[in-house]
Amino acid sequence: MTGAAIHLDDVNFAYPGGDPLHFSTTFEAGSFTGLIGPSGSGKTTLINLIAGFEEPASGHIIFDGVDAGVTEPADRPVTMVFQDNNLFAHLDVFTNIALGVSASLDLSGDDKARITTSMEETGLSGLGKRLPRELSGGQRQRVAIARALVRDRPVLLLDEPFAALGPALRRDMLRLVSNIHKQRAMTVILVSHDPADVKFAATHAAFMDAGRVIANRPVDALFSASDIPGLQGYLGT
Amino acid sequence: MQRLRTSGPKPAVLAGAVALGCIGLAVVTPMLALVAVAPAMPDLSADYLGFVWSITKFTLLQAGLSTALSVLAAIPLARALARQATFPGRRIVLRLLALPLALPALVVVLGLIEVWGRQGWISTIVQATGLAGPLNIYGLSGILIAHVFFNMALAARLLVASLEQIPPENWRLAAQLSFTSRHVFRHIEWPVIRSALPGIASLVFMLCIASFAVVLVLGGGPKATTLEVAIYQSLRFDFDPPRAVLLAALQLALCAGLFVLGGRMATDIAVMSGVGKPARRPDRFASRRTDALVIAAGLAFLALPMLAIFLSGVMAPFSVIVSQSVFWQALTTSLVLALTAASLALVMAWSLLAAQRTIMRRRTPSRAASAFMSCMQASGSLILVVPPVVIGAGWFVVLHRTGLANSAAPVIVAIVNALMALPFALRILRPAVVGQAQIHDRLCASLGLSGLQRWRLVDLPVLARSFALAFAFAAALSIGDLGAAALFGSADFVTLPLLLLQKMGSYRSVEAAGIALLLAGFCLFLIWLAERLKPGEQNS
Repeated sequence: MTGAAIHLDDVNFAYPGGDPLHFSTTFEAGSFTGLIGPSGSGKTTLINLIAGFEEPASGHIIFDGVDAGVTEPADRPVTMVFQDNNLFAHLDVFTNIALGVSASLDLSGDDKARITTSMEETGLSGLGKRLPRELSGGQRQRVAIARALVRDRPVLLLDEPFAALGPALRRDMLRLVSNIHKQRAMTVILVSHDPADVKFAATHAAFMDAGRVIANRPVDALFSASDIPGLQGYLGT
Repeated sequence: MQRLRTSGPKPAVLAGAVALGCIGLAVVTPMLALVAVAPAMPDLSADYLGFVWSITKFTLLQAGLSTALSVLAAIPLARALARQATFPGRRIVLRLLALPLALPALVVVLGLIEVWGRQGWISTIVQATGLAGPLNIYGLSGILIAHVFFNMALAARLLVASLEQIPPENWRLAAQLSFTSRHVFRHIEWPVIRSALPGIASLVFMLCIASFAVVLVLGGGPKATTLEVAIYQSLRFDFDPPRAVLLAALQLALCAGLFVLGGRMATDIAVMSGVGKPARRPDRFASRRTDALVIAAGLAFLALPMLAIFLSGVMAPFSVIVSQSVFWQALTTSLVLALTAASLALVMAWSLLAAQRTIMRRRTPSRAASAFMSCMQASGSLILVVPPVVIGAGWFVVLHRTGLANSAAPVIVAIVNALMALPFALRILRPAVVGQAQIHDRLCASLGLSGLQRWRLVDLPVLARSFALAFAFAAALSIGDLGAAALFGSADFVTLPLLLLQKMGSYRSVEAAGIALLLAGFCLFLIWLAERLKPGEQNS
């Protein structure tokens, strides 16, 4: 499966009592976009809207020309990895991944093979029987990514899933995601606090400020641009 | 532009609606029945009104006195326990404070009679000294002793918990400023106690208003009868439904009024038991002797009746008890009732919580959904406003009208018991369900786990211990209940508490002691089991 284009058409949203947010931008099919910007600029809200965890007050979220409307999160062409609590603590690694294939855990031999492959791809071979608490923080996020792989959706959303990991481990994880992106040509959006991470792994970068997407360009173009209000201040350059 | 599939109706919300409907039906039907038999023109004779007034007055008087005495006795005990945070056996003393409410009231009454009754331990000692004649436990004094027994322990436990919330820096500061015990009380302890007191006092007052078994056995006559007991007597002895209706209306008004007034009521108490890690207070040495005395006195007051239950219980002629078929009938009925009521309470609690969880997921629920939510939340506390005896009285009238009194009695008692357990079940389950929802909701939504699949794979394994805890609590409550069962008791319908009441009434006190010990054993086993099952910290 290849990536889907995501178009946010005049999407408005506000938390009760919060400032209004407005999103209008396009994530190209098969792109890997790093979402940067000050905290509170709406990065997580944006991907929660795409994933269907929040409903826009107005506007449309369109995947490859299809309006998502009020579709349930599970029915969208999207899979998401959260910052934490990605796993069910009482289920082992294999089962946690298998839930991405079938919510009722009806697994064909083919499915099991896919799960094993995804575990190999994410460096989890042999850990299938482990419980989440027996894993390191990095391994837990690998399980979440392995599950995202078996779900095989055109769009992968990552909400700062590596924020709690050390620099070296974070690089490893970014490399893993980057390889997956290259192999499967998924559309990837990564919320990040660290522009260096985005430069390292992404093809595109989007800068957000005060509830708006200010710019969305190829990585090199964005970081070398001088016409984007607020960006220099954010980057400290 | 084409659209992706939208979501269908939510079965969880339907289940919640059904549960809400059943609760409403179980409470509203008997109310309507009571209204239907209410006299068009109430009897306004002076005698009649005087009788009703004296009962109402006594209800309030005994509750007021019981509350005052319980709280006054609890304050020094709680201070001593909070101050002495390290003495050996402290944990056992704190556990002992939790016991009275876990024991069936009737069992406790039996223990109190053994200690405080005419032929009890205290009477024997008092008479031997020649200072006074034998004590009389019947009437107001006995009711007060019993209510203080239950509620001083409860109040002390709550106060200890409040006192232990005081930050340790306060104690270090007090030591630096060389506070005496009096200063500590005035500047540190009293402000905390004062803020906890209204909640505790209104809870205790409410429990005393609704006390049934204690007043049934130790009270009697218009001089020492409460509304609850008078309702029971109107229906069971005088068969005077109109009078029961009047009394039930009064009781209902009283409870509803108190419920509104005591908005801060600490209803979560009975479930709460563990106390946090107490501070090592610098003032613990100076007051060691008085504290030891206070604790010993409190311990004696609480432990003696329990010891009496145990001692007379183990000496009971169990071979006689088990040879009676009525014992086996009562045992079976009580066990079946407890299991049914506990299952029912759990199903209702889960249906309500699952529906609320589903609705809460919407950031902006519709007005109808919000109203539905409030109804579901209120339904949990309904039984605190509408006392079980009032619901029971209504059903009693319904069943007698329809001639189903014998066949439907167990069903009604199970339902009333389940309603009584519902607030506790909700207390136990709600935090677990809410916490679980926060962790798993988005994940389940993104994986499309819902309904039965979510129940089997996520809810059940994660919440199993909370379910077991709520179940054990509900079963213990039901197995010790006398109020609902007493209204419907008959030759065909006997529970263990009812059998105990019969034995006490027919002066078979040795057999009564055996049954009491058995009942206490059941309840303590269930509570012990519940404590063992208390959900631990889960981290992912």
